[in-house]
Amino acid sequence: MLTVVTFLPLLVCAVLLLLPRTLPERAYVWVWITTAAVDLALVVGVWTGYDTDGGMQYEQRVRWIPSAGVGYHVGVDGLSLPLVALTCLLFLAVAVHSLRETRRVRSYVCLFLFLQTVSIGLFVALDLILFFVFFDLSIVGMFFVIAGWGHGERARAAALKFFLYTFVGSLALLLGFIGLYLAADPHTFDIVDLTRANPLAGRGLYAGLVLLAIGVGLAVKTPTVPFHTWLPPAHTDAPATGSAILAGVLLKMGTYGFVRIAMPLLPGSWRHYALVIVIVGAVSVVYGALVALAQTDFKRMIAYTSVNHMGYVVLAVGAAGTLAGSDAQARTLAVTGAVTQMVSHGLITAALFLLAGVLYDRGRTYTMDSYSGLAAHAPRFAAVTAVAAFASLGIPGFSGFIAEFQIFTGSLASHAIATAIAVTGILITAALFLTALRRMFLGTPRLPETIPTGIVRDLRKAEALSTVPLLAVALVIGIAPRWLLDVIEPASRTLTGLVAR
Amino acid sequence: MSAVLWLLIALPLGGGAVLALTGPRRGGLVPAAGVAAAVATLGAAVAAALTRPKASAPLFAGMEAGLAVDGLSAVMVVTVAAVTTAVLAFAVGEFAAHENRGRFFGLMLLFAGAMLVTVTATTLPLLLMAWEVMGATSWALIGYWWRQPERAEAADVAFLTTRAADLGLYLAAGAAMAGGIGSLRLDALPDADAPWLHVITAGVVVAALGKSAALPFSFWLSRAMQGPSPVSALLHSATMVAAGAYLLLRLVSLLDATAWAGPLVAWTGAATALVLGLVAVAQTDLKQLLAASTSAQIGFMVLAAGSGGVAAGTTQLVSHAATKSALFLAAGAWLTALGTKQLPALRGAARVHPLVGVAFAVGALTLAGLPPLSLWAAKDEVLAAARTESTALYAVGLAAAAVAAVYSVKAVWYVTRPLPADAELGYDTEERGTRRVAGSTPAPLLALTFAAAVLGVLALPGPASWLKGLVGAQGEPSPEPWELGLSAAVALAAVGLAWRWASRPASAGLSRAAVRWTHGWLYLERAARLVVVRPVLGLARTLADFDDRVVDGAVRQTARGGLAAARLARRLDDGGIDAGVRAVATGARSLGRWARRPQTGLLHQYYAQAAAGFAVLVLIILLVR
Repeated sequence: MLTVVTFLPLLVCAVLLLLPRTLPERAYVWVWITTAAVDLALVVGVWTGYDTDGGMQYEQRVRWIPSAGVGYHVGVDGLSLPLVALTCLLFLAVAVHSLRETRRVRSYVCLFLFLQTVSIGLFVALDLILFFVFFDLSIVGMFFVIAGWGHGERARAAALKFFLYTFVGSLALLLGFIGLYLAADPHTFDIVDLTRANPLAGRGLYAGLVLLAIGVGLAVKTPTVPFHTWLPPAHTDAPATGSAILAGVLLKMGTYGFVRIAMPLLPGSWRHYALVIVIVGAVSVVYGALVALAQTDFKRMIAYTSVNHMGYVVLAVGAAGTLAGSDAQARTLAVTGAVTQMVSHGLITAALFLLAGVLYDRGRTYTMDSYSGLAAHAPRFAAVTAVAAFASLGIPGFSGFIAEFQIFTGSLASHAIATAIAVTGILITAALFLTALRRMFLGTPRLPETIPTGIVRDLRKAEALSTVPLLAVALVIGIAPRWLLDVIEPASRTLTGLVAR
Repeated sequence: MSAVLWLLIALPLGGGAVLALTGPRRGGLVPAAGVAAAVATLGAAVAAALTRPKASAPLFAGMEAGLAVDGLSAVMVVTVAAVTTAVLAFAVGEFAAHENRGRFFGLMLLFAGAMLVTVTATTLPLLLMAWEVMGATSWALIGYWWRQPERAEAADVAFLTTRAADLGLYLAAGAAMAGGIGSLRLDALPDADAPWLHVITAGVVVAALGKSAALPFSFWLSRAMQGPSPVSALLHSATMVAAGAYLLLRLVSLLDATAWAGPLVAWTGAATALVLGLVAVAQTDLKQLLAASTSAQIGFMVLAAGSGGVAAGTTQLVSHAATKSALFLAAGAWLTALGTKQLPALRGAARVHPLVGVAFAVGALTLAGLPPLSLWAAKDEVLAAARTESTALYAVGLAAAAVAAVYSVKAVWYVTRPLPADAELGYDTEERGTRRVAGSTPAPLLALTFAAAVLGVLALPGPASWLKGLVGAQGEPSPEPWELGLSAAVALAAVGLAWRWASRPASAGLSRAAVRWTHGWLYLERAARLVVVRPVLGLARTLADFDDRVVDGAVRQTARGGLAAARLARRLDDGGIDAGVRAVATGARSLGRWARRPQTGLLHQYYAQAAAGFAVLVLIILLVR
């Protein structure tokens, strides 16, 4: 089942490439939308068949390279299922948003179908090498999206930076994986087997070095301070759809790696270095928020808020590794909050990036000072952006609050000072989003010179259909979160148990 | 049973969401629908107050989202729903047809709904959710006329200030978890382990003071005046600022659990009541005067909570809610009709619109604490509670009561002057006045004024003990007859003095700097900007610069270093290794050339070479031997 979900987009991509080139461009997008919708429906099916207390499910294990201990092993649990669903939803939204794309649509659609397979594959992978392959392929796919459909010459430079930087990160990751492989007896790359064996228990420095390699690899992808500087240019110069996938799905690969690999496979070192992780998280939160506050470019600002939001996740997983001062309930709360934050950030930030794309489409610039009083011209666009901004600054009623409240409440017991510092992040993000809204949408209407007609079209149907549902899901999670938390919580409990052993 | 409770919060929240989504369409139906939703909510509130329902749903691991209506909540839900209904009924006539009434009525209902959840929540997460939603909707309401930049900015100031204080509740939640209160139930918070108990208390107190615009957070309330008058009427009476006071009243047992919290809260309340009262005296803008007076009156509730007077604080809260909403509606009616809220320009306004004038005068005299109007008795309840704590606290409270009489009378004095001949010159400075009072104004205004006047019955011995039983505060002190007399005398004397001062040129004997200082709300906002906002913005810019130059610079340098290493490697490769290889090749070639040279094909040269070779061999053998 999971294999079907994973490889369906790639299969469609292959079929599309075989078809004659005479197909109308819109047909490609419609095929994509259909594929994404079918994939999402399949995941909903998986979700309904998922037993919340059943641990790893829908497992499939096939021999691949047995001589090297590598197998094709996939499965979902409460940590990965929400992310798989998020991935399918975001790709569907992006597909709908792409209805107006006119540049080389055939390759564009194929690239995104490829990226979808890679992303889902990463979240269901239960083998380190499988995980690594998808991790690397996601970089390749996104490189072409940014370079091919980004904003001009700068996009190619940004794409190159993105590729090289994250590729170096993935190499560190590979090094760490090999370290794990060598320590296991018998040698294996299987995540489930490695989790059970806990091969590096009591291996002091060696385990620390392995954690360092894996940690740096994931930190680059997440990204955390100070490995985040590839993110702003990549986002600023990427197309809106690319940014949405980059922020919504690809960043989660880093944080997901923490909960899937670093924590359960290296529990001893994780506990030992928890303080470092917590500090990196808290610094990312405040630093990301402050730097975002100083931005003048709307998209760059959202990019930096991603550093801030991912910082909360890192803070929470770090706190979950600290046994002193906290009980199991607090640690479970922190991990649940971290996974919820991944989902929440995916939904809200993807919507924000798509809306930033709408802004660029109308005014050909992201500079906030170029606009004023946009709400007069485009009231629906202003309203949806305001809702997305409030959701992103963590207002209750949206998923961000559900995530951040759990993170703070779960982390304060063991790391009071770091958490107290991190809490100020929600105030700074509030300030920066309100300032941005006020600058661009409120006040006396004034348009940039790039719009000589003086007319700004309000949100189109495709643009609304790709953003409003994302915010609606965030709203549902914000008001009635149990359907999501029921899936995440048992897995969080299992994970905190694994870390504590 | 719990259906009533779900209805109570679903009606305003759901109805508000629908209306807000309706937006500018169906403009004619929106106000009626909004009022209908508010009336239905009021019905649900009364039913809930009578039946005392409870409800809960699981929220987080080990935490419920609990709702319940106990005695205190019963009083609160009815007050909130009643004031909301009156204010919305008033607002029907406030907006022009082209304005987005769907947004206004929708947001007002959402705002009221959030307040209803706040006062019925039994667990901290749910309370915090409603608390913050209230802040967010207040942002949208204050900035309702968003085309004017100063209004949008005011909304930002209000939201950011209250959210800064809200961080206290986030910390309190974490501290409760750490202190062993995994359920985060409000009634369990006092049982938390030290030192977390102190963190919880500090967090709750900061959040409550911020929301209730007590010192030093008062300035946001001044900015909040940029919203439409109905927004001020709701925000300043039964909701928002009242939420801060409510939280302290709800958690009096938590304040009692530490030695410092009660006195700190009580003194902050007393200081706010006195100092913000003086600020109110210095205002020349009617809405600013009322705003400062709100802060001062909320100060009495905070004082009550800090002194453990739950029933006293509740009486004050309810009486003040009716009084202040009536006053803001009257001020709003004048603003709509005359286009000004400047006191000098409002001279004689009460005579132009006598009905509004009478309502305003009754409201203002209630605010002044004159007997037998409601706030007189309510305030004495508060002062009686304060007197059990300390006499100094009582004295400050009494002084604050005198100041309340002064600012109230100042407002009444202006609007009851004879109408100047050139009155029209002062009109229309803020907006274009309609010169008439809308048909929807009298009913809600008079209802609220009536409530303001008579709610003092809550302080009569019979109703007072009923209220004490209701909120579970049987043992609380009641004011002695002499206290009632003293406060009445103080209020009357202050009223008399104020009337005489008002007739003469103002601020005699006061230094001009002090007047400017109080008129400018103690420059609290300027201080906040100087101490918090500017350093943070400066730090943000510095960090952004640091990020571009140093952090990203390091990455760029690493990349450059990689390129430089590559160039070096190329040089090494070309000039070192490859040169070596080439040298070997050249050497081999020259060796080959050398080796070719003897092979000339001439026999005599071969003989000569053989002879030379033979000679060398003989020489070697000879030497070796």
